[in-house]
Amino acid sequence: MSPEPQDPQETPIPQPASMPQPASTTTPTRTEPVRTFRRRITDEDASTREVVAVVRPPRWYQVIWSSRKARIGLIMLAAFLLIAVFADLLSPYSPTNAAFAPSQDPSWTHWMGTNSLGYDIWTQLVHGTRLSFAIGVFGGLATIVIAIVIGLLAGYREGSVLDDVLSFLTNLALVIPVLPLMMVIVAYSETRGLALLVFVVAITSWAGASREMRSLIISMRNRDYVTAARFGGDNMFRIVFREIMPNMSSLIVSGFIGAATAAIAAEAGLSFMGFGDPNTVSWGQMLAQANANGALVQGLWVWLVAPGVMLALLMTSLTFVNFGVDMLSNPHLREEEK
Amino acid sequence: MAYYARKTGYFLLTLWAAITLNFIIPRLQPGDPAEIMVTQLTGRGEVDPAQVAAIKTMLGYGDDNVFVAYWQYLQQLASGDLGISFTYFPAPVFEVLGKALPWTLVLVGLTQILSFVLGTLLGAIAAWRRNSRFDATISIGSTFVGNLQSVWIGLIILFLFAYTLGWFPAAGGYGYTDPGFGPEHIADVVAHGFLPALTLMVTAPIGFILSMRNTMVQVLGEDYIRLASAAGLKERTLALGYAARNALLPVITGFALSLGVLMGGSILIETVFDYPGMGRLMGEATSNRDFPLMQAILLATIVIVLTANFIVDLLYPLIDPRARRAKA
Repeated sequence: MSPEPQDPQETPIPQPASMPQPASTTTPTRTEPVRTFRRRITDEDASTREVVAVVRPPRWYQVIWSSRKARIGLIMLAAFLLIAVFADLLSPYSPTNAAFAPSQDPSWTHWMGTNSLGYDIWTQLVHGTRLSFAIGVFGGLATIVIAIVIGLLAGYREGSVLDDVLSFLTNLALVIPVLPLMMVIVAYSETRGLALLVFVVAITSWAGASREMRSLIISMRNRDYVTAARFGGDNMFRIVFREIMPNMSSLIVSGFIGAATAAIAAEAGLSFMGFGDPNTVSWGQMLAQANANGALVQGLWVWLVAPGVMLALLMTSLTFVNFGVDMLSNPHLREEEK
Repeated sequence: MAYYARKTGYFLLTLWAAITLNFIIPRLQPGDPAEIMVTQLTGRGEVDPAQVAAIKTMLGYGDDNVFVAYWQYLQQLASGDLGISFTYFPAPVFEVLGKALPWTLVLVGLTQILSFVLGTLLGAIAAWRRNSRFDATISIGSTFVGNLQSVWIGLIILFLFAYTLGWFPAAGGYGYTDPGFGPEHIADVVAHGFLPALTLMVTAPIGFILSMRNTMVQVLGEDYIRLASAAGLKERTLALGYAARNALLPVITGFALSLGVLMGGSILIETVFDYPGMGRLMGEATSNRDFPLMQAILLATIVIVLTANFIVDLLYPLIDPRARRAKA
């Protein structure tokens, strides 16, 4: 090991060591000690300010931004958000308008051409961003809420019957293949739509995040402030959700982003199998239509390639953002990043 | 011994829970799925009343009393009578499922094992040469490729290798009317299965790559690795015998979980390639609202994953001596 890394630790030490010097030079006069006292304060103030400026932990947004992957992810995500918000401005047509001449090549009026069913591909692509965003946000939120409640309660009561039951459920839900289960639930449902998709995603995908939450709270539940809250008479729900949970926010955000990514993929899979939201257009539905109508055989590359690339880019941007969020909870990653 | 007893108990418990879940799901629906099924079936032709009763039992409506219905459901499941399929009327679900099962087992089983070998190997190399160009390519590449939809990959592979190049058949599991066991039959089946397997192989190793890389990077920071390195062990021994061997343990624990993901992926891929396995059948069953068939496939899928998990649990002590000594 080189001696350099030890230096920053040693430098602050000489400064406190110099403190006794002014104390020894104090004179019996009344005004003098006050002045030295004051000077000492200001001196120390300046030096501590310096130290504070150097040592102060970076803000959360600085940490995230310091990761190159997260920067790329955030910029990509912002672009997708803009596309979703301004979808109507980016394309003059309706995504459900099938009145165009079918199978047109890209042109000024149809940037990506039209598909063999007479839809404008660019319009469908732009509007598909909205559904993927919606399913990501709502599906991710619903999933993480279930994961938090089950994981935190199980972990806080580690070893109890409550934990045994919840952990068993979690482990079972973890091994049950998600896609077939989602398909079965949707097949039984009489309705289709965003709400159903969110429900199905949440109820089938919470287990992974829940297990992480459980192991996290186990490492936190014996901290002093938790014991203090317990002795203070707070009930379990208050301790878990008001005292402990706020300290896990970066991990919850990271779990949410992971759940959102999974939800977007799940929607694409379900839509491909024909279980999507019939009132709107999604990238998964575009893939399904492209498959059913032999897009590639007809030479309509864009119809198939574009929605697949959009899905992969959106999900990759979320994964990249999560690299930055993970650096908040795990400082080791910050060093690795450089 | 306690280890095996505990794992067997856990397996039986999860099996029971899965079977019970399969009983509960249809009952949670607002309508009466059994009634819908019977109406659908009578539209198809003459239905044996015994079959109607069997379907009702399998969908949890065998009796007005839930507990009696549950007991009847268990009895009927044990007898192997899963009702009749609406899609393949009047074939029994058991028979339809039995025909599709081997296709998926071979396809998913082979790709899973290959992915495991390939994924852990690549992950270990990436961790051993971490921060190298190879590591960066593997890490970032897997993130992006892992986010590609398997359906999308499948469609592009289908177009390239089946339509454009014509190297492989585009659809189905076999070209002959009856898949036999002669050499040309086997070659035919392999040719049909190659593209679906290739598609699954694009994304399936990625979970293994990433988890192997991450655990191995952690293991490489452990003191015993530093000690072994200081003791002058050969790099190869250190990488394979010490670091990789220990890093492998958590990856093996995740084996069953990734199998579940692969089973889900096979639904999409079998649909794309029109492969005659359980996944395509699941797609048909759910879009036709063929409730008895889809319940049976769901149950079979869960049982396969649970069994794989159980087998991994049983083999685990061979790799990790600590599990042999661990107390229950």
